[in-house]
This record gives sequence, C-alpha cells and structure tokens, in this order.
Amino acid sequence: MKIPEQVQRLAIVVGVLLAVVLIGRFVLLPSRLVARELHQTATIEREVVKPVRYAGSTACADCHDDVVVKKAKGYHKGLACEGCHGPAVKHAEDPGAVKPAAPRDRKFCPVCHAYDPARPTGFPQINVTAHNPLKPCITCHNAHDPVPPRTPRDCAACHGQIERTKAVSSHALLACTTCHATPEQHKRSPRRATPSKPETREFCGGCHAADAPLKTGAIKDAPKVDLGTHGRSYPCWQCHYPHLPEGRS
Amino acid sequence: MNKRDFLKGAILFFPAGGLLAMARDASGKANGKAYEPASHFYGMGIEIDKCIGCSRCVEACKAENDVPAEPFYFRTWIERYQIRPSGESVVESINVKGRKRDEAADDRDFVRTFFVPKLCNQCAHPPCVQVCPVGATFQTKDGVVLVDKDRCLGCRYCIQACPYGARYLDPRTHTADKCTFCYHRVVKGLQPACVEVCPTGARIFGDLKSRASRLVRFARMNKVHVLKPALNTEPKVYYAQLDGEVR
Ligand code: HEC
Ligand code: HEC
Ligand code: HEC
Ligand code: HEC
Ligand code: HEC
Ligand code: HEC
Ligand code: HEC
Ligand code: HEC
Repeated sequence: MKIPEQVQRLAIVVGVLLAVVLIGRFVLLPSRLVARELHQTATIEREVVKPVRYAGSTACADCHDDVVVKKAKGYHKGLACEGCHGPAVKHAEDPGAVKPAAPRDRKFCPVCHAYDPARPTGFPQINVTAHNPLKPCITCHNAHDPVPPRTPRDCAACHGQIERTKAVSSHALLACTTCHATPEQHKRSPRRATPSKPETREFCGGCHAADAPLKTGAIKDAPKVDLGTHGRSYPCWQCHYPHLPEGRS
Repeated sequence: MNKRDFLKGAILFFPAGGLLAMARDASGKANGKAYEPASHFYGMGIEIDKCIGCSRCVEACKAENDVPAEPFYFRTWIERYQIRPSGESVVESINVKGRKRDEAADDRDFVRTFFVPKLCNQCAHPPCVQVCPVGATFQTKDGVVLVDKDRCLGCRYCIQACPYGARYLDPRTHTADKCTFCYHRVVKGLQPACVEVCPTGARIFGDLKSRASRLVRFARMNKVHVLKPALNTEPKVYYAQLDGEVR
C-alpha cells in the first residue's frame, strides 16, 4: 500500500519539529536549567530574604532594660513586647526615626481580658462594661506590671454603698480623703469624730473652675465650668451627687 | 491560537523557568551561611487549654508576612468551638469580620466551649503537593511546604485538596499562598511570629530532629493528637488537650 504523499510530507514536518524540540530540550539546554531542584532553591532563597518585622523580646532588652526587668516580675512576664507595641524591628535598628505605638486606649486590653466563656477558666477576665468604665485601663493598672491596684478598703467597710457608687462614676479615681478630711478616730468610733464635708462651691471649683491651675493629673482631666455662672449660687451637690456627679437630678 | 503562536510558545516554554535560575545564579550565591536544612525537621505544638483567643498570633502573622488585610485571607486563624448539650458543635472563625460572637447567646446553651488555633499542618505527606499540576509547591528538606509563586498558575487545585483549608489565593499575585512557618525567621534562629507574640505560651515551635527541642519535650509530656489522622497526611502540627469534636 502506498502512503499518500500529503501524509508523508506531514510526517517529515512532524519529525523535524520533534527532533528540534528534543535536541533543544536535551542537548542545547544545560540540564541545570530544567532541574526542578533549582526552581525549589530559588523559591527557598526568595523566602529566606523576606524582611523580618518582629524583632523578638530579647532585642528590646539592650535599651529598655528597666521595662524588661519590671515586666519580668509581674503578671505579664509571658507577654512579648511586640504583642502590645506591634512589630518593632525598624525601631530597634533606629530608635530615633521610628517609634512603636503604645496601646493606651481602653479598647486594647480587653482583647485578652474581656470575659469570654471560651477562654480557659482561671484566666483573669473582666466585664468590660462594669469594670471601672470611662477610664483607660492604664490609669489604674501599669501595663508592664498590672498588679490590681489596692484601693483603701478602710472606708468601704462601713460605707460600702458609697464606695460602690463612686467606683463606677467619673470620680472613681478620687480618694475619699480628697474631699473628706478624716480623723483616724472616725474609723474606731465614727460618731465621736466625724470627717469634714466640702462646704463651698470653691472646693469643687479647685478642680472644676475654668481658671483652676492646670497642673496635676486629676485636675487637668476634670471638665471645666464657669464658677461665676454655672448653677447660679447653689451648692454644687444641690444638683450633682458628689459620689456620682454625672447623674444629675 | 495559530501555528505561529503555538511554536513561539513552545520555544519559550522550557527556557523561561531556567532563565530565572540563571538570574539567581548571576545575582550571587547564597551569602555563605552555615544553615543546613537537612539537619532540621520543623513542627509546632499547640496547647488548647492555654489559648485565650486574643488573636495576637493572627495579627502578627499578617504583619510579618504581608498577608492581605481583608478578613478572609489567613495563614493562621482561630476557631471558636461551642458544643451543645445535644452533642452538636458550632464552629466559627473569630477572625472573620461580621461573625462576632452572639453576645445574647446564653452561656448555658453550651456544655463546653474553647478556642482552637489553626494553620497549615506542614504535612509530611502533603496532598497539596501531590495535586499541583506544575510542581509549584513542594516540601523543603527541613519539612516546610512552600509555594513557588513564579511557577504557580493559580488553578486552585491545592486549595481544594487541602483538608485543613490552610491555603488561599493571594488576590495581588493570583497565586496560591499559605503558612511558611515564617521560614525567613526560622532559618535565622528566630521563632515564627505567632509563637513569638503568644501571651500564654499556647504555641510551641521546634525541631523534631533535636531531642532537646521544646517541641519534642512537649510531645513527650502531653498526649498529642493531629487533625484528621485518618487521611494519613501526617501533619506536623500537634495538639494537646484536643477535644474529640475538633475537625
Ligand atoms: C537601640 C536601642 C533601642 C532598642 C533596641 C529598642 N528601643 Fe525602644 N526606644 C529607644 C529610645 C531611645 C526610645 C525613646 C525615643 C524618644 O523618646 O525619642 C524608645 C522608645 C520606645 C517606646 C516609647 C515610644 C513612645 O511613644 O514614647 C516604646 C513603646 C519602645 N521604645 C518599644 C520598644 C520595643 C518593643 C523594642 C524591642 C523590639 C524596643 N523598643 C527596642 C531605644 C531602643
Ligand atoms: C500589655 C501590653 C504591653 C506589653 C506586653 C508591653 N508594653 Fe510597653 N507599654 C504598654 C502601654 C499601654 C504603654 C503606655 C503606658 C503609659 O502611657 O502609661 C507602654 C509604654 C512603653 C514605653 C514608654 C513608656 C515607658 O514606660 O517607658 C516603653 C519604652 C515600652 N512600653 C517598652 C516595652 C518593652 C521593652 C516591653 C517588653 C519587655 C513592653 N513595653 C511590653 C503596653 C505594653
Ligand atoms: C496579649 C494578651 C494580654 C494583653 C493585651 C493584656 N494582658 Fe493582662 N494578662 C495577660 C496574661 C497572660 C496574664 C497572666 C494571667 C495569669 O497569670 O494566669 C495577665 C494578667 C493581668 C492582670 C493580673 C490579673 C490577676 O490575676 O490578678 C491584670 C490586672 C492585667 N493583666 C491587666 C491588663 C491591662 C491593664 C492590660 C492593657 C494595658 C492588659 N492586661 C493587656 C494577657 C494580656
Ligand atoms: C478605676 C481604676 C481601674 C480601671 C480604670 C481598671 N481597673 Fe482593673 N482593677 C481595678 C481594681 C481595684 C482591681 C482589683 C479589685 C477587683 O478585683 O475588682 C482590678 C482588677 C483587674 C483584673 C483582675 C481581675 C481578676 O479577676 O483577677 C483585671 C484582669 C483587670 N482589672 C483588667 C482591667 C482592664 C482590662 C481594664 C480596662 C478595660 C481595667 N482593668 C480598668 C481597678 C481598675
Ligand atoms: C467603723 C465604720 C466606719 C468607717 C471605717 C468609716 N466610717 Fe465614716 N461614718 C461611719 C458612721 C457610723 C457615720 C455616721 C453616720 C451618721 O451619723 O448617720 C459616718 C459618717 C461619715 C461621714 C459623714 C459625716 C457627717 O458629718 O455627716 C463622712 C463624710 C464619712 N463618714 C467618711 C468616711 C471616710 C472618708 C472614711 C474612710 C477614711 C470613713 N468614713 C470610714 C462609720 C465609718
Ligand atoms: C468629690 C469629692 C468627694 C469624694 C471623692 C467623696 N465624697 Fe463623700 N461627700 C462629698 C460631699 C460634697 C458630701 C456632702 C453632700 C451633701 O451634703 O449633700 C459628701 C457626703 C458624704 C457622706 C454623708 C452622707 C451622704 O451620702 O451624703 C458620707 C458618708 C460620705 N460622703 C462618704 C464618702 C466616702 C466613703 C467616700 C469614698 C468612697 C467619699 N465620700 C468620697 C464629696 C465627696
Ligand atoms: C481633685 C479634683 C476634683 C474635685 C475636688 C472634684 N472633682 Fe469633679 N471631677 C474630677 C475629674 C478628674 C473629673 C473627670 C473624670 C473623667 O471623666 O475623666 C470630674 C468629673 C466631674 C463631673 C462631670 C461628670 C460628667 O462626666 O458629666 C462633675 C459634674 C463633677 N466632677 C462635679 C464635682 C463636684 C460637684 C465636686 C465637688 C463636690 C467635684 N466634682 C470635685 C475631679 C474633681
Ligand atoms: C442648678 C443645678 C446645678 C448646680 C448648682 C451646679 N451644676 Fe454643674 N451641671 C448642672 C447641669 C444641668 C449640667 C449639665 C449641663 C451642661 O453640661 O452644661 C452640669 C454640668 C456640670 C459639669 C460637666 C461639664 C462638662 O463639660 O461635662 C461639671 C464639671 C459641673 N457641672 C460642675 C459643677 C460644680 C463644680 C458646681 C458647683 C460650683 C456645679 N456644677 C453646680 C447643674 C448644676
């Protein structure tokens, strides 16, 4: 049987093509160009040179040994610096140029401490809406050594209601003794020695008057009113219960 | 496609990958560091009872590895398991936005509830590597599964094949991507970013070839389990205190 001519020609073309490809693949191309190993090494090397962004806690110790020492003694000893401050390799290399953020916001700490039933039992959790609202956590807890602050319980023993009310008010951070000079004897025989009570509008004005000295923390944070016109000349506690001043009557 | 285009394509096909290697060779050999991949084999241990679900690991992973910020690309993520009295379990990723816990749900609706951190299991027998049609994904000598983004076609076979849902398609390159155990940190002796920031030590990283490594000690001290053992993928992420409901 004779093979048709067009098939013969086609076979030649196919044969030549095949030869070219095979020669190209096995003779002309050096074997290292098609080796899978090489692609893999290239990938690995690309992976290896990727930039490191988290320096690791040991990197901070050189310059912030005070913080490191403080933290190592507290409840937060297991926490990485950069877990709170974010990746800080750039800062560690050039502290002047790049500064890591410090999470001072009240929203931050609850990522770990908000009550969540799925968290392991025993892990310290708080009810964020009830636990000293309004205040950033760091006004009471040091972020690097967050011992729960010891509030003087000596007034709460007998004035529990007032203590609890004040604890959730905007005056939470003011000690009772800021407003009541309390003789030591009051705690033993309360009725014989009574503490003082603020008597003048000017007392509250010490922190709240528009012209109050803006020096220390508590005074700086206090919202200001014009003592001359605000609430006419009534005592402040006519309208503001001093232990819960935002609840106006 | 006409004949001419086909021939052009055929001629360019083989050298293309090779040129890449040549370019690499030209740009200088590795900087002579004495890291020997064959003498390591990495794995991770996870202690479920320590996880507080704070997502520090998820955020550190994204920052360290430049993972897209959108809340559906993750190399590691945390699942919340809630087991109903009926035995039925409700699972959700806490990192996916808009799926915050139903605050109104009563705690008593569940017998138990806990967090499970998830990531690529860096399987010793990875199904993703078997299915890749172009050999773009492979296992390194030190036991990490990597993706060659220059070879990857973006066909998503590997994403389908992964029994742990650990892969995603990077929307910028349209190639598959996944956890690398922070390979660039590990070869420098650093911990993966997620391990670095975990506040409770729930994640443990280590070398299975070193008897003294924390991971080997962890595996000795705990009853460890792997996810979906029936698939014979031989995961190298070991869980302690793993609940029977976890899949
Ligand atoms: C080379 C020394 C050096 C290293 C390493 C270093 N820091 Fe600093 N850091 C500084 C200096 C100096 C400042 C003060 C900068 C200023 O106030 O101008 C500072 C300031 C800071 C601040 C305060 C920024 C502010 O808003 O006041 C934080 C937070 C901080 N560093 C965190 C870190 C962390 C986390 C690390 C570890 C990854 C680290 N640093 C490593 C030198 C260093
Ligand atoms: C729990 C989260 C947390 C961790 C962990 C943490 N910090 Fe801070 N850090 C803060 C907060 C919040 C502030 C701001 C404090 C303030 O303004 O009173 C801060 C402030 C700082 C400052 C500036 C003010 C100061 O006190 O000197 C430095 C420096 C600093 N941190 C370094 C570190 C280093 C180093 C580590 C690791 C050893 C670390 N931090 C770990 C939360 C944290
Ligand atoms: C990354 C998670 C994390 C963050 C963020 C964090 N903490 Fe903590 N905190 C912990 C861990 C872990 C402990 C130790 C728990 C233990 O001892 O079991 C702890 C302990 C505490 C304790 C001691 C509780 C006790 O047992 O009495 C207080 C108070 C505290 N943290 C306050 C804070 C404050 C305030 C912030 C914000 C500046 C903060 N934490 C941010 C993880 C975190
Ligand atoms: C007004 C001061 C104040 C503020 C603000 C405050 N705390 Fe506290 N916190 C306390 C005191 C006092 C205690 C200890 C007494 C107690 O258990 O209620 C405490 C206890 C804790 C504990 C330990 C609870 C336990 O069960 O062991 C944690 C955790 C805590 N606080 C976290 C926070 C976080 C997070 C914030 C911010 C959202 C915050 N605190 C804001 C005063 C404060
Ligand atoms: C042993 C219990 C006890 C302790 C502790 C105690 N108090 Fe009292 N306090 C009393 C009693 C009882 C009264 C009198 C109530 C009355 O007369 O109706 C009183 C009255 C007061 C009054 C009102 C005085 C007046 O003139 O109306 C003030 C203000 C006061 N206490 C503040 C304090 C402060 C501040 C502390 C903490 C430093 C404190 N107390 C500790 C029992 C106590
Ligand atoms: C901002 C200042 C301020 C602080 C802080 C404060 N008080 Fe008072 N307190 C007053 C004033 C003003 C009165 C007087 C109210 C009146 O005469 O109606 C008063 C009245 C009282 C009385 C008398 C009964 C009453 O309810 O009127 C008691 C008891 C008392 N305070 C206890 C306390 C205790 C305990 C604390 C701490 C937990 C405290 N106070 C903190 C301002 C303060
Ligand atoms: C030692 C300073 C100090 C004294 C004294 C003081 N306060 Fe305040 N007060 C504050 C601070 C600080 C705040 C705001 C706290 C915050 O919200 O950060 C505040 C908040 C208030 C508010 C605003 C509540 C709100 O958020 O709307 C009222 C009202 C108020 N105080 C009334 C009084 C009255 C009435 C007195 C006198 C019995 C008084 N204060 C005495 C420091 C003080
Ligand atoms: C006649 C009732 C009345 C008296 C008396 C009064 N206030 Fe007020 N105060 C109010 C009312 C109502 C508001 C809320 C309306 C407003 O924000 O202006 C207020 C608001 C405030 C605020 C909050 C302002 C802010 O920016 O959030 C402060 C602080 C305050 N008063 C302090 C005082 C002090 C201090 C005195 C005593 C010198 C006093 N008040 C006396 C009725 C009174």
